[in-house]
Amino acid sequence: MSPILEVKNLYKNYGATEVLKDINVSIEKGDFLVLVGPSGCGKSTLLNCIAGLEPITGGDMFIGGQNMTNVSPKDRDIAMVFQSYALYPTMTVAKNITFGMKVRGIDQATQDAKLKHVSTQLQIEPLLHRKPGQLSGGQRQRVAMGRALVRDPKLFLFDEPLSNLDAKLRVEMRTEIKALHQRLGASMVYVTHDQIEAMTLATKIVVMKGGIIQQIGTPAEIYNRPANLFVADFMGSPAMNLIPAKTKANGKGMQIEIARKDAGPIVLTDKRNTDLPENVIIGVRPEDIVDTALARTDDTQQADCLIDIVEPAGADTFAVMQLGGKHVTARLHAETTAAAGTVQRLAFDLGKVSYFEPETGLRLN
Amino acid sequence: MTRWLQDNMPKIVLAPSFIAVMVFVYGFIAWTAWVSLTRSRLMPRYELDSFIQYERLADSPRFETAMVNLAIFGTLFIVIAMVLGLLLAILLDQKIRTEGAIRTIYLYPMALSMIVTGTAWKWILNPELGIEATVKGWGFANFEFNWLVDPDMAIYTVVLAAVWQSSGFVMALFLAGLRSVDEEIIKAAQVDGIPTWRVYSAIIIPSMAPIFLSAFIVLAHLAIKAFDLVIALTGGGPGYATDLPATYMYAMAFSRGDIGQAASSAMVMMLVVFTIVVPYLYSELRTKND
Amino acid sequence: MTDMSYAPTRTKSPTTKLVLRFILYILLGVFALFYLMPLFVMITTSLKSLDEIRTGDLVSLPREVTFDAWRTAWSGACTGIQCEGVRPYFLNSLLIAIPAVLISTIIGALNGYVVAQWKFKGANIFFALLLFGCFIPFQVVLLPMAIVLGKLGISGTIPGLIFVHVIYGLGFTTLFFRNYYVSIPSELTKAAKVDGAGFFRIFWSIFLPLSLPIIVVSVIWQFTQIWNDFLFGVSFSQAGTQPVTVALNNIVNSTTGVKEYNVDMAAAIIAALPTLLVYVVAGKYFIRGLTAGSVKG
Repeated sequence: MSPILEVKNLYKNYGATEVLKDINVSIEKGDFLVLVGPSGCGKSTLLNCIAGLEPITGGDMFIGGQNMTNVSPKDRDIAMVFQSYALYPTMTVAKNITFGMKVRGIDQATQDAKLKHVSTQLQIEPLLHRKPGQLSGGQRQRVAMGRALVRDPKLFLFDEPLSNLDAKLRVEMRTEIKALHQRLGASMVYVTHDQIEAMTLATKIVVMKGGIIQQIGTPAEIYNRPANLFVADFMGSPAMNLIPAKTKANGKGMQIEIARKDAGPIVLTDKRNTDLPENVIIGVRPEDIVDTALARTDDTQQADCLIDIVEPAGADTFAVMQLGGKHVTARLHAETTAAAGTVQRLAFDLGKVSYFEPETGLRLN
Repeated sequence: MTRWLQDNMPKIVLAPSFIAVMVFVYGFIAWTAWVSLTRSRLMPRYELDSFIQYERLADSPRFETAMVNLAIFGTLFIVIAMVLGLLLAILLDQKIRTEGAIRTIYLYPMALSMIVTGTAWKWILNPELGIEATVKGWGFANFEFNWLVDPDMAIYTVVLAAVWQSSGFVMALFLAGLRSVDEEIIKAAQVDGIPTWRVYSAIIIPSMAPIFLSAFIVLAHLAIKAFDLVIALTGGGPGYATDLPATYMYAMAFSRGDIGQAASSAMVMMLVVFTIVVPYLYSELRTKND
Repeated sequence: MTDMSYAPTRTKSPTTKLVLRFILYILLGVFALFYLMPLFVMITTSLKSLDEIRTGDLVSLPREVTFDAWRTAWSGACTGIQCEGVRPYFLNSLLIAIPAVLISTIIGALNGYVVAQWKFKGANIFFALLLFGCFIPFQVVLLPMAIVLGKLGISGTIPGLIFVHVIYGLGFTTLFFRNYYVSIPSELTKAAKVDGAGFFRIFWSIFLPLSLPIIVVSVIWQFTQIWNDFLFGVSFSQAGTQPVTVALNNIVNSTTGVKEYNVDMAAAIIAALPTLLVYVVAGKYFIRGLTAGSVKG
């Protein structure tokens, strides 16, 4: 079956500036694709290109198997939800939702039926006669989704729809969107700068920076095997620790040396990853540096670390130390004995570690 | 609708206005500039000649009076209107209960035609029956106020009437500006113990620089156009004492039948406006474009 | 309001405050008199008989109120050869102003909509050109316009004046609408495009319903400008098609016969009434219009 969306060699320029460079991504029906990256990385631009709201400078766009590169938005069989909801301020909720159908000349009976269906689904029936100005943020968000749902399109596009909501509402709506996706089996393309949203919602993630795709993969792939330093640092909270280290082959495997403040270096042996260059950056997530008592696998190796700062965070306690000249965070149990200024024996799970080349930032293992 | 029509509809909608502006503004300016370089008299001639029209302007005592008047009138009008406007704005900023009504009173002259303003002030300043007569009637037998017919003083009557008409507008601008100053800065100053008048002079007024500029531009523009007012108030007289380039141009164009002079004096007006307005517009558009 | 109510460390005595407050109100009152005086004088003069006027007390109330001057001003005053009063010219001004205001507002709205929401390369250049055109002294277009109007056969006609006022009013109306529409998020247009609406549909269904405030500003501003205009009126009209401002000037400056100051004043008030009325009724929109282009943001 052909992919529901195929972006091939897409380039976009604004005047002389290249905003998107050689974008290639495709998704199958029912996928939830998230475009994530820092401000200015081009994710919104890419979404607007998919929607047809921006023209493409080079490449092709296929939606539902058809070449839509030069087709106007209204004929692409898409629906879009915007960051500011973009509800028509002088129309009631009902009119907002049915406006698109009205423009297309769909008969009144069908309009009414679809409106009823969608408003029941989203629980916005009591709001139908209100104007957007009289709704709360969450209600507006639902109406915006209702407007998209009623189109029954091939592709749903979301442009940072939760950014304008407060934290608690954001989490609620995130769950609702995920539930909607599962219930409808719809194909969705979603833009956000929040990597937590990306991880929780996506079936496939595209990490972007400076108009270039850094990595495409499932959330697990992106999280566990980031393709370069940028992805490693950007995804995951708290961020992955990126520590400069020196390697040397010793009979048993690769010897990893990490400088330690006021003491000799930590020496770890990695039996799995051999053939590493002399200088690497080792990426290890905070949850993979634990109390020795909780060490899980036999890929772990232990070392003594001097703790600088301890941050209790409820279920966990984060301990910050200095390794390789950088601040490194370890996720310890809430009942840990670690305290600022003490030395703690910690276990490093080398099975989950990533190695990066310092100059290019590319993944080595 | 075809795709081409749809895609280009914005341009098509703009096109008539674009053509209109190009022809009736820039095209006409070019025409007037061209004619100002010819020897046109009653009818326009199109053979480019020389700068003779401008030489004639420079030699004309009437035009010289007009330009001097423009300088006097322009400077006085702008300065007095700004000072008065600022003063009134500061007064009104002091939490007056009847602020709305007073603002309405100060601003209503702006709604009048300059012909009406000129007519009213012409009557008020009438030497025999106006203010002079009234004050004499109150017992000041030696009071004189015949500026209207005094060639040396007549131009100041134009200043008076113009200030009366436009200072309310300046006040409205400045009042809005005064109120847009960040409250926290003012509170910080007051906590520091700075007296009210100092808060105004050292903090509020300097932060209003852009508004001073806007007011200046609008007033300068009004000054250069001040044709209606002069016609109604003094008719350009006594003699040519209150002539301005605008009245000179009109006389040359429609009474004297000297199109060359009309065109050249119009171009001089254009140039004065240009030098004031263009830098302002340039900076405005650069910041407003996003 | 810049809040001066926060008590400074150097408190003034209550008496000083009261005195200052008193002075403040006196000052405000004096200026109010300054602005009101001409209007007062116009009204009282128009209600006096010529004899009373000649006794020379400008600021006194009429001893005997008479409306003769008003009757003459409306239907009998001489504007040159004709002595029909101000009435036919009042009508002319209406015939000129109303169509010109409507047309320039509609075109300005569409232009502003394009420049604000449909960005393309030429749009900003167009806007800049238009904006500069607002500032030119109209003397510089008088001569060529006279010629063109003659060639088009509408010289000295009401349609001719409507044409002139529309052309030179476009700059301001476009400015008003563009500044207003620029603050409407572009996502609204995008959502409508995805919904399938086209250029005019979006304008009609979405932007126009939002535009009432700025339409009022534009209409009031344009009406005031066009009604009060003198330069175009006196340059491009003939005896029968002159607007009321030209007629007023003719009445006041006519050199024939006795100067009837009361008639002059009555005529001036009649000429001023429409814009004055608009100002009193919708003043705050008028102010918004005045400051729209001048103050940033």
